[in-house]
Amino acid sequence: MKPSDISILIVDDEASIRDALTKWFELDGYRVSSAEDANSALLKLQEGPWDIVMLDIKMPGIDGLELQRRIKKIDPTIITIMITAFASVDTSILALKEGAFDYIVKPVDPDEMTHLVRNAVEQRRLHYENLQLRQHIEGISFSDEIIGESPAIKRVMEKVIEVAQTDSTVIIKGESGTGKELVARAIHSNSNRRYFPIITINCGAYSDGLLESELFGHEKGAFPGALYRRQGRLEMADKGTLFLDEIGNISEKMQADILRVIETRQFNRLGGDREIDVDFRIICSTTQDLERAVQEGTFREDLYYRLNVVTITIPPLRERKLDIPSIARFFIKTYAQSMNKNVIDITNDTLDMLVEYSWPGNVRELRNVIERAMVVTKGNLIELNDLSFFFPSAESDPGENIPSLEDVEKEHIQKVLELTNGNIAQASLILKVSRLTMYNKIEKYQLKKSKNNN
Amino acid sequence: MAYIYILPVETDPEPWIAELEKSIRKTFGYSSKMLKPGISLEKAFDLKRSQYNSSQILLQVISQSLPDAAKILCIVDVDLFIPILTFVFGEAQLRGIGSVVSLHRLNGKFYGLPCNGELLTRRLIKEAIHELGHNFGLVHCSNPVCVMRSSTYVEDIDQKSEEMCSRCAEELRSIQVSLMRI
Repeated sequence: MKPSDISILIVDDEASIRDALTKWFELDGYRVSSAEDANSALLKLQEGPWDIVMLDIKMPGIDGLELQRRIKKIDPTIITIMITAFASVDTSILALKEGAFDYIVKPVDPDEMTHLVRNAVEQRRLHYENLQLRQHIEGISFSDEIIGESPAIKRVMEKVIEVAQTDSTVIIKGESGTGKELVARAIHSNSNRRYFPIITINCGAYSDGLLESELFGHEKGAFPGALYRRQGRLEMADKGTLFLDEIGNISEKMQADILRVIETRQFNRLGGDREIDVDFRIICSTTQDLERAVQEGTFREDLYYRLNVVTITIPPLRERKLDIPSIARFFIKTYAQSMNKNVIDITNDTLDMLVEYSWPGNVRELRNVIERAMVVTKGNLIELNDLSFFFPSAESDPGENIPSLEDVEKEHIQKVLELTNGNIAQASLILKVSRLTMYNKIEKYQLKKSKNNN
Repeated sequence: MAYIYILPVETDPEPWIAELEKSIRKTFGYSSKMLKPGISLEKAFDLKRSQYNSSQILLQVISQSLPDAAKILCIVDVDLFIPILTFVFGEAQLRGIGSVVSLHRLNGKFYGLPCNGELLTRRLIKEAIHELGHNFGLVHCSNPVCVMRSSTYVEDIDQKSEEMCSRCAEELRSIQVSLMRI
């Protein structure tokens, strides 16, 4: 931030003070203006944004304290510095209590003045930086990675916006690789908790004991190897969001523990005797059918109803094929940047092939395929050849499943039998196998029967 | 041809004038002229503060009728102040014609130290170039050794050099080029 980005307004009824301060700050490169009383100061405040206002406490008419109150109503972030002729402690303390950054007693030492303004400018710089970061966070709140124009994904996005502003617990359902964590992050980023962390814990990745320790933390000596006190994820998520990934995989004991925390918003660290209060929102995800798990008795019914306030179901990629081109292009752009490769797009026939495929691994699988294609591609377009690792017969047989060796063998023997008009001896000669092998193969693939039928 | 006028008021310029003129020519490319002006320090004296109001002196400096003056630099040996501050080493009009520098707080004697003539000259040159820099339109610089760095203690003056940093020098050059076009 350059000095010329900072504007200072000086409000003093003494012209000599106004002039001296104006000249002094102009030499530092700041933008400076002055006002002789509170009324003209208020008019100037309406003209544009000011960063710092230096104002005399004692002025005819509206005094400095009242002016400061009015300034703070207009913009509470403006830094106010009070100028006083006497070291009036009471007034200065009152000014500070009402939000003044600092005060100076006339005349002030040049060094003190320089430091005071430097600190005020630094505070202002941090304010702008904070503003920019907030805007940035708000800007990315709808994760770039949730892509698509299909009605299915649009419904998901609408639901995200709908639930984000509430504090309700959300269950995100969807196959593996559909982007459940991205949706959880989008909910968090659009919620009032967005300036606090979202803490993710993959419940399926931990054993019972480890999950307990991860979630609740532990005190020193809570168990062998607990050399230090450790904060759990629940504490880290205070004021933010706790994302429990794969909630369906937790044991009955953990289900009971989590239910208790959700209901009381309190927990103890392992080995600790102090109740710790936490304020968090829970979002969880599952690939399992929790309702069935409840019916089968493997998932607590009370926990399920506690969690299942809002459900968002993310469709698998095969049900939103419309989005495949834009998702593929997004990954191309992303990897082009990270790999520093000048790949700008994908050919239409390659894209058609991607759209045709059923994507059992969903977006994650598509991302991996694009990443590999980006590695192997030599030009600036991803072509069919670049996907040969994924679709071996890509160019000749697009869109079809790759046949197994047995299928190929069966088809080939069938062709030869047709060619020899069902003569097994002739066919065995062409195929260079014994007649016995031919009989076995015909039996195996039921070719004779098939031929007879024909 | 324009000159930078040096106006020593109630002080003997002999010990520092040659060095100052040399430094002005090197930095700004102007020759200087010295003049004994009719400036009254008494008018600028503030009885309550027992100091001299530098803005008042500056007013007298800029009212001098010197048609061939590019800039006018007044040198005094009294304690200067501006109303809001306890003291100043000098004062200048930003993008103006006049400036004033005081030897008073540059002299070791003010701090109870013996007077060091050479050190005093170096400090005076730095402050004079600094104030003239403001006259040419330069603002304070954050480079710790640049002469345009703001100094609030005499030690700050000793730490900086008599030269402008490359950025300030470049800006001065472009200001002078644009002035020549006018």
